[in-house]
Amino acid sequence: MRRVLLEGVIHGPLTESAPDADDPELVALAQEVKSAATASLGRSLSIRHVDAGSCNGCELEIHALGNAFYDLERFGLRFVASPRHADVLLVTGPVTRNMREALERTYAATPAPKWVIASGACAKDGGVFAGSYAITGGVGDVVPVDLHIPGCPPSPAALLKGLLALMQGRGG
Amino acid sequence: MTTPDEIGGEREVGEGAWLEAMQRLASGEARLVSLWADGAEARMALSSAGRADLELLSYSCVDGAFPSVGAAHPPAIRLERALCDLHGLRAVGARDTRPWLDHGRWPIRHPLGAGEASPAAPEPYAFLAAEGAGLHQIPVGPVHAGIIEPGHFRFHASGETVVRLEERLGYVHKGVDRLMSGADLTRGAQLACRVSGDSTVAYQIAFARAAEAALGIAVPRRAVWLRALMAELERLANHLGDIGAICNDASFSLMHAHCGILRERVLRAAKGAFGHRLMMDAVAPGGVAMDLNLGGRQALRDLATLVRDRFPRLVELYDNTASLQDRTVGAGVLDGELAQRFGCGGVIGRASGGAFDARRDHPYAPYDELRFDVPTLREGDVNARVWVRIREVEESLRLIAQILDRLPSGPVRVEVAPSGAPGEAHALVEGFRGDVFVSLRLAADGTIARCHLRDPSWFQWPLLEAAIENNIVADFPICNKSFNCSYSGHDL
Repeated sequence: MRRVLLEGVIHGPLTESAPDADDPELVALAQEVKSAATASLGRSLSIRHVDAGSCNGCELEIHALGNAFYDLERFGLRFVASPRHADVLLVTGPVTRNMREALERTYAATPAPKWVIASGACAKDGGVFAGSYAITGGVGDVVPVDLHIPGCPPSPAALLKGLLALMQGRGG
Repeated sequence: MTTPDEIGGEREVGEGAWLEAMQRLASGEARLVSLWADGAEARMALSSAGRADLELLSYSCVDGAFPSVGAAHPPAIRLERALCDLHGLRAVGARDTRPWLDHGRWPIRHPLGAGEASPAAPEPYAFLAAEGAGLHQIPVGPVHAGIIEPGHFRFHASGETVVRLEERLGYVHKGVDRLMSGADLTRGAQLACRVSGDSTVAYQIAFARAAEAALGIAVPRRAVWLRALMAELERLANHLGDIGAICNDASFSLMHAHCGILRERVLRAAKGAFGHRLMMDAVAPGGVAMDLNLGGRQALRDLATLVRDRFPRLVELYDNTASLQDRTVGAGVLDGELAQRFGCGGVIGRASGGAFDARRDHPYAPYDELRFDVPTLREGDVNARVWVRIREVEESLRLIAQILDRLPSGPVRVEVAPSGAPGEAHALVEGFRGDVFVSLRLAADGTIARCHLRDPSWFQWPLLEAAIENNIVADFPICNKSFNCSYSGHDL
C-alpha cells in the first residue's frame, strides 16, 4: 500500500482544469437555466440522483464524475444519499410508468428551494423509448425541469458543465 | 468472410416433448437459456454440455395455456411470470402466479397479447412471508441511496441477520419488446444498444449476429475481429469499475480511486478508437459503424500496456490489505450446486465452480481463433468474485493484444438488405456479466416481427436472495455490488 500511496504523492494530480466560464457549451446551458442556484445557495450544491428508467448508461457517466479526472467535489458539488438532504435532483431515464410515483415522491421529499436537472436524451422526451406504453415521455412530464443536459449518455464533461451552469445561470 | 450462425432450428413440439425438456432441465441434464413467447407459442432455448448449438423448442398454446416450466424448474419462474404479464398466456401448474413486470401501472395489460385496458388502480403486491419471534421487515427502494438503478428489496431480519430477502423488480420496464415489433433493423439495433448501458457492446453484437443469421448475410472478417475488440474493452472497463466499487463498499477508497483512473483511461481510448466512450451504436448489422484507424490501434496498444503495468500493483494492494479481505472473504457465499442449477453464467457462476463461457462453449468468431483461459474458483464468496474479475481483466488484456496483432484487413461492413422471405435466428454472446441471448424473427420485408432479449441477470438475481441469507444487513451492499446484476437489462 505504501508504494501506491507514495506514487500518488510523487506524480502530479490527474485532475483536469475546470471548463472556462465562457466555454460555449456551458454558456448555452447557463442561458437555459430557469433559475440560478447560486442566488439562493452560494457555491455549494447537494445532488440526489434518481434513475427513473435509464438503461444505466447515464449512471456510469455520473459515477465517472467522482474519478480523479473530473473530481466533482472540488466545485462544492456532492452526491447525497437522501432527497431530504438535496438541493438538486439529477434525473435520468424516460420515466417509466412503474417509476413515476417514486419520482414524484422523491421530488416531494426534497426541501425547497430545489432544482431538477433532466440528464440524457431519454430524460428529455423519452428518447428511443418514446411512444412506449410503459413510459410517460420525459422528466418534464412528471416534475418541473430547470435544465436539460443532452447526450446519450451525457459525457462526464457535459454533466460537469451542466452542473456548473446551474450555479452560474442567469438567475431568476 | 465469416459464415453466419446457425439459423432458426426450432422444433415444434407437443406436450410430451415439452414436459420431457422440463425434466431434462430439472435433472440438470440441460441448462435453461431462455423462456419466452412469440404470439401464441411458448418457446424455450436449452443448452447442454458438449453441444455447440442451442436447442429451441416451440409449444403452441392450447386455449392460451402451456405447461408451467417453473413448476419443475424454479429458475424459469420469473421468466414465466414476465411471459404471462406480456402475453396474457397462462402457465398451467405454476407455483407463483403473481405478476412480475406489470405493476398495474401501464394503460394496457398484456402488451404483446390482446392489449386490453388495464384496471384503474394497481393492486398491492404480496411479498413472501417469514415468521418467527422478533423478526422485522426492512423495505429498501426503488430509489436507493447510491447512484444506481431502481429496484425494491424486502428484507426480513432477525436483529442484524437477514432471514429472507425478496426482490421486486420491473421498475425500469420500458416496453422494449413491443417497440421492437414492426421496427426496421436500424431502429432495432438502436434499441438493443440501449437495453443495458454497461453491456451495450454485447447486446449490439448479439442483435447484429441474430439479424445477419436470419438474413443469411456473411460479415467481413475485420468487422468480426473489431467487434471482439470492443467486447473485450467493455469487459475490461466494467471489471475495473466493479473491482474498485466492491472495495469502495468496504470503505477502501484507495482501490476505488485507482481502478476509476484505469476505467476512465479505457473509456477515453474507446472514444478515440470507436467514437463513443461506451461504444454505443458502434456495431451495426452487417459489420461495424466505424473502422479502426492506425492512430486508434496505437492508442489501444498504449492503453493495454498502461493497464498491464498498473494493474498488478492494485492486485497486490487488494491481496495485502487484511482489513479489506476481512470484509470480502466468506461474505455472501453462493452455493455452487445452486448456481449450477440456475445455469448461472458470468463472473458469479464462475466464482462458484461453474465453467460456462459462451465464447468457449458456444464458440463464435473470432474467439475460435484466439487463445484465452476461462478462470474459475469454487469458494463463491465476494472475494472469489473479485478474483475471477481480476483474472478476467488479465485475460481480456491478452485477447486485446492478440486482436491488435492479428487484426485482418479489408472492409468492415456489408449492406444489409431484406431477403424477401421471413427469417429467424438467435445468438448467444458473452458479455461482462454473462451470456446475452437474442432470438429474432424477421418478416419478409426485413422488419422485426419478434425480438426477445434475455439478460444474464435473470438467472443471477434470484441467487443473490440465497447468497445474502444469514449475512448481516450491513453486508448487503458489498454482496450486491459483487453480483452487480442489471436492472434495466432484466426489466427491459
